Amino acid sequence: MAKWSTWVVHTLLVLGIFVVIGPFVYMVLTSLTTDNFSLPSPTKLMHAEKTLVNYSDAWSKNNFSRYFLNSMFVSSVTMVLSLSLAASTAYAFARFQFPAKEFLFKLFLFTMFVPAILNIIPQFTVIQAVNLVDTYPGLILLYIGSGVVGSTFFLRGFFERIPVELEESIVMDGGSRWTMFYTIYIPLSLPAIGTLGIFAFSGTWDEFIVALTIIKTEVNRTLPIALQLFRGQYATYYGLFFAASIIALLPILIIFTVFQKHFVNPNVTEGGVKG
Amino acid sequence: MRRAIRQYVQVAPYLTLGVLLTAVFVLYPLVKGIYISFYEYKVLAPELSLFVGFDNYVRAIQDPKVLIALRNTVLFALVTVPGQWLLGVIVAMMVNMRTIRFKLFFRFVYYLPVISSWIVVSYLFKFLFSDSASGMVNYLLVDLIPVLPAPVNWLQNTWTANIVVWLVSIWKGIGWVMIMYLAALQSVPKSLYEAASIDGAKGVRTFLHITLPLMKPMTTYVLINLIIGSFQAFIQVFLITEGGPMDSTHLLSTYMFRHAFQFFDFGYASAISVMMGLMIFVLTYSQQRTFGKDRIEY
Repeated sequence: MAKWSTWVVHTLLVLGIFVVIGPFVYMVLTSLTTDNFSLPSPTKLMHAEKTLVNYSDAWSKNNFSRYFLNSMFVSSVTMVLSLSLAASTAYAFARFQFPAKEFLFKLFLFTMFVPAILNIIPQFTVIQAVNLVDTYPGLILLYIGSGVVGSTFFLRGFFERIPVELEESIVMDGGSRWTMFYTIYIPLSLPAIGTLGIFAFSGTWDEFIVALTIIKTEVNRTLPIALQLFRGQYATYYGLFFAASIIALLPILIIFTVFQKHFVNPNVTEGGVKG
Repeated sequence: MRRAIRQYVQVAPYLTLGVLLTAVFVLYPLVKGIYISFYEYKVLAPELSLFVGFDNYVRAIQDPKVLIALRNTVLFALVTVPGQWLLGVIVAMMVNMRTIRFKLFFRFVYYLPVISSWIVVSYLFKFLFSDSASGMVNYLLVDLIPVLPAPVNWLQNTWTANIVVWLVSIWKGIGWVMIMYLAALQSVPKSLYEAASIDGAKGVRTFLHITLPLMKPMTTYVLINLIIGSFQAFIQVFLITEGGPMDSTHLLSTYMFRHAFQFFDFGYASAISVMMGLMIFVLTYSQQRTFGKDRIEY
C-alpha cells in the first residue's frame, strides 16, 4: 500500500516536471537553431543542427550588452541601498520605544495592501516634479522608496527574535545603540538579510513597468525593456530573441541555485526553509 | 513630553529616511492619486489642470470597456487564486511526503517559473500558444495527442486568450505557494503526526484534520498575497494579448495604464485606479488587522 502510493506520487511529480520544464526546453531548443523566420516546427527543433551563434549575436546586437550592464548597475545599487535602509528602519521598529510607533507601523502595513501598479501615475508625477524623469537616481529612488515597507516588515520579525540579553554585554562595555546594531543585529540576521538582498536584486532585475515609465533615453534602458524592444526589432528571429531571453534569465538562475539552501522564510518561527 | 522628544531623538537616525521615503513615494502618491482622479489632469502643465468633480468616475462607470476589464479582473482572480493555491498545496504535500526522494530537486524545479522574468515567460507563452500549426501547443493537442480537431487561434478569441493568460499565471505561481507551505510544513512537530497515526488517522484524513488546520495562518497569508497579486497582474496581458482582440481581454490594470501612458489621460486612469484600490481594500479588510501579527507557532 505504502509503496504503491509512493510510486504514484513520484509519477505525478515527474509528470508535473514536464509541464513546468517543457516551456523552458522549448525555449532553449529554439535558441539553438537558426533561420527561424517562422516559429520552428517541432520536427525542426528535434533534428536541426544546434549552434550557439544566436547567443553571440544577441549579445553584440542592438546595445544588448549595454542594457545588461545597465540592469546590473541599477539592480546592485538598489539592492545595497534598500538593504541598508530596511535594516536600519526595521531596527528602529524592533528595538526602540517611541510615541505612535505602532500607529506608524500599521500605516506602513496598510500600504502593503495597495497593489504597486495603482501608484504608478502619482509616483510618476512626483519624479517629474523633482526633475528626475529619465534618470537613474529617479528610477532607483522609486525602487527603494516603494520597497522600504515590505523589507522593513520582513526584517523586523527577525530582529525581534534576537534575545535582548545579548545587548547587555555591549551596555557593560559602554557601547552605543549603533554598536549593538552592527555587532549584534546585523551579524545575527545575515541569512534574513541575504534572502532579502536576493529578492531585492532579482525583483529590480525583472522590473518592467516602472522602468518603462521612467526611463526614456534608449541607451539607458534596462534589460526587461530591452527585451521588449528586441522583440519589436527582430520580430521573427525567434532563436535570437530566445537566446537574449536566456541571457537575461541566467544571473537570477545562478543566484538562486547557489543560495537556495540558505533561504529563510519570515512567516515561520523555527528556522524557516531548511535545505 | 520631554521623554517623547528624547525617544524621537534616539530613534531618528534609524527611522527618518525610511519613513521619509515611504511618505514621499508611497503615502503621498496614494493621496495624490485620489486628488488627480478629480481633475482633468494636464501632465505637462499640472497647474492648468481642471477640477471636474466626479466626472471621471461617472465616465468610468459608463464605459463598457471598464466593465469588460472589471469582468476580466474578477475572473482572473477567481481562476488563478484557487488554481495556484490548490496546485501549490498539492505539490507541497507530495514533495513533503516522508517516502519521496530527490526533495531538493523537485523543490528547485517547481520553483523555476517563480524566479523567471515575467517578460521572458510572457513572450514564451505567447509563442507556445501561437496560432499557426507550428505553435507548440497546437502541435501537441492536434497532432501528437489528438484532443482538438484543428489548430486553435488561441490569441484571436477572447476566451481562449484569457485561458492563455490564466494558464501562464497559474504556471508561474504554483512554486511560490509550494515554497511557503513547505516551510510551514517542516516546522510541524513530527510528534503530532505520530499521535494521529496512533489514533488511526491516515493520509487524506490526517491532511484534512491535522495539517490543514495547522497551516491556517500560512493559508491566510498566502491567499491574501495571491489576491493582491492577482489585482497586480499586468505584464502577462500587456505583452501576450495586448488587451486584444478588440480590447476584450484588458484587465483594469492594463486598461488604466493605457489611458495613463498612451492617451495621457491621467485623471481618468487615476479614477480607475482608485476604484480598484477600494475593491481590494474591501476584499482584504477583515484580514488587515491581523496581518503580520500571527506568526506560525506550534
